[in-house]
Amino acid sequence: MSTSTATGDARTAAAKGVARRRVMWASSRTYISAIVIVVWCLLPFYWMVVTAFRDVGYTFDPTPFFTHVTWDNFATAFSSEMGNHLDRALLNSLFISGVTTAVALLFGVFAAYALARLNFRGKFMVLGVVLGASMFPGVAIVTPLFQLFTNINWTGTYQALIIPNISFVLPLTVYTLTSFFREMPWELEEAARIDGCTAGEAFRKVIMPLAAPAVFTTAILAFIAAWNEYLIASILSNDATQTVTVAIASFAGSQPHQEPYTAVMAAGTVVTIPLVVLVLIFQRKIVAGLTAGAVK
Amino acid sequence: MSTHLDPAVKSSKTPGSKEVGADRKEKTQGRLAAMLITPTMVVLAIVIAYPVVNAIIMSLQQDEGLDPVTGTFVAGGFAGFANYIHWIFQQCTGPGGTTVSCPPGTLGAQFWSATGVTFFFTVITVFFETILGFWMALIMARAFRGRSVLRAAVLVPWAIPTAVTAKLWFFIFAFDGIANTLFHTSILWTGSEGPARAAIIIADIWKTTPFMALLILAGLQMIPGDIYEAAKVDGASTWQRFRMITLPLVKPALMVAILFRVLDALRMYDLPAIMTGGANGTTTLSILVVNQIRIGFNSAAALSTITFLIIFIVAFIFVRFLGANAVESASGEAKGKQK
Repeated sequence: MSTSTATGDARTAAAKGVARRRVMWASSRTYISAIVIVVWCLLPFYWMVVTAFRDVGYTFDPTPFFTHVTWDNFATAFSSEMGNHLDRALLNSLFISGVTTAVALLFGVFAAYALARLNFRGKFMVLGVVLGASMFPGVAIVTPLFQLFTNINWTGTYQALIIPNISFVLPLTVYTLTSFFREMPWELEEAARIDGCTAGEAFRKVIMPLAAPAVFTTAILAFIAAWNEYLIASILSNDATQTVTVAIASFAGSQPHQEPYTAVMAAGTVVTIPLVVLVLIFQRKIVAGLTAGAVK
Repeated sequence: MSTHLDPAVKSSKTPGSKEVGADRKEKTQGRLAAMLITPTMVVLAIVIAYPVVNAIIMSLQQDEGLDPVTGTFVAGGFAGFANYIHWIFQQCTGPGGTTVSCPPGTLGAQFWSATGVTFFFTVITVFFETILGFWMALIMARAFRGRSVLRAAVLVPWAIPTAVTAKLWFFIFAFDGIANTLFHTSILWTGSEGPARAAIIIADIWKTTPFMALLILAGLQMIPGDIYEAAKVDGASTWQRFRMITLPLVKPALMVAILFRVLDALRMYDLPAIMTGGANGTTTLSILVVNQIRIGFNSAAALSTITFLIIFIVAFIFVRFLGANAVESASGEAKGKQK
């Protein structure tokens, strides 16, 4: 590694050179690793989008960029003649995830406030219950719920899909909000009160603007969790209330016995792009929300 | 930081209650907390506790209907632990009400293999996700231009629904797909055990390593930088700094991340269900439960209860013996805040 030279001057110069080269090498190694990670994460996604826009006759064409571009696959994905009701599935997912998120936030905000700000006995236990609930296996509740919903004729209804979703979205909401709330500068509320604000004003002018980003980030995380749910929806939904994940898993193409790869990729693109855009816009906040509470 | 009201302000509002002030505050806070938390607990009781208790009651009942093996009618009624024995000892009712071991191919014969597959997937995926996630986190923790691009890119696999991920990798691993073309192989990926499992594992690693990496990154960022500087001055090598500083200090966050991933992997359903339908040695416990639901509720309830117990035991071992204390880290400074 280091070069041996006769004079001291040359030696220090060489050492500096080595050090500089080492820094350069370290930073280029970082860049190479970073590029490898970015490519690994994005390439399959890119391939999905490329295939979504590719003519069905060239499904297995390995050309790595957009060729034989067409919108046909999107038409197939939304074609009700072929039995693909992606439009309806999108609305179903939007509705189910939206209501789930709203309900979870409605309950979760209060619980999280108490967990983050108040001192009371049994706090540890409540947190344990919430965490345990968020790790709960979906299969453990799906069997009794399936029987219950069959008995009361709820299978395939929206409430039958929303209620089980709450079982994992609500704990997630409480958990994430609690760690967000804990980091908020609550003493500003006191300061506002001392400066003459009423309790209502302090809440509206100080607490709300502070808490809004936390609640919004949590809402995104909750919505994505509900949107991505598959197991429960695949069992408890019917044709009319099918969610996007179920619709994509059971997709039909133009040929009956052929897997409609391009159309599935088109549907996958439609379902994923909004999430990816959302995630890229709120990248920082989402990372904070995802890792909130896991460390500290 | 402080969640307490300023004592001065407090006492000026409630004159003559200096001693009882703190006590009363605790009491009113307790009452307020109960009011705020009760709705959530009630909802959780309805959507989780009620179904679980229901599942346990169901699991003690006999499924009525035709026996899938013998074709004879089986009446319902209390069954004791018969459903559990059916799964754990893989015993079915034979002709004339005798007990025989479940014939191969029936769901009853698959409990232990499904358990094995579930643990196989869990160990392999979590192992690779931890190694790769740690590496990704170390890269993401470095300061360099374009770091935000990297951080945004890793969120993409995480955001894609697992069902879409499954279909995407199913396409990549199709016989004429890009994986075979790229590596000049002609493997029928979802057609036999080894490749099918490999395909599912790769898809899972792609999807969830970023989550792992972000959790570990958050742990890394909690380590104060001057410790590294001090170690550098003392002449510690890069490897020594990693082993003596990074690893022990990131360990709590790492254990919680591994715990989360293990519990998540143990309930794996979407990827194998969509990519292989559970064929070729990829039936996990969750898939077995879902297949059983279509045949008999009560037996499925027993199996889902067993699955739940397995996951619970694993979680318990992690928290108790491996020091993955998720509750403690979730409650954050709660302990420090108490007077």
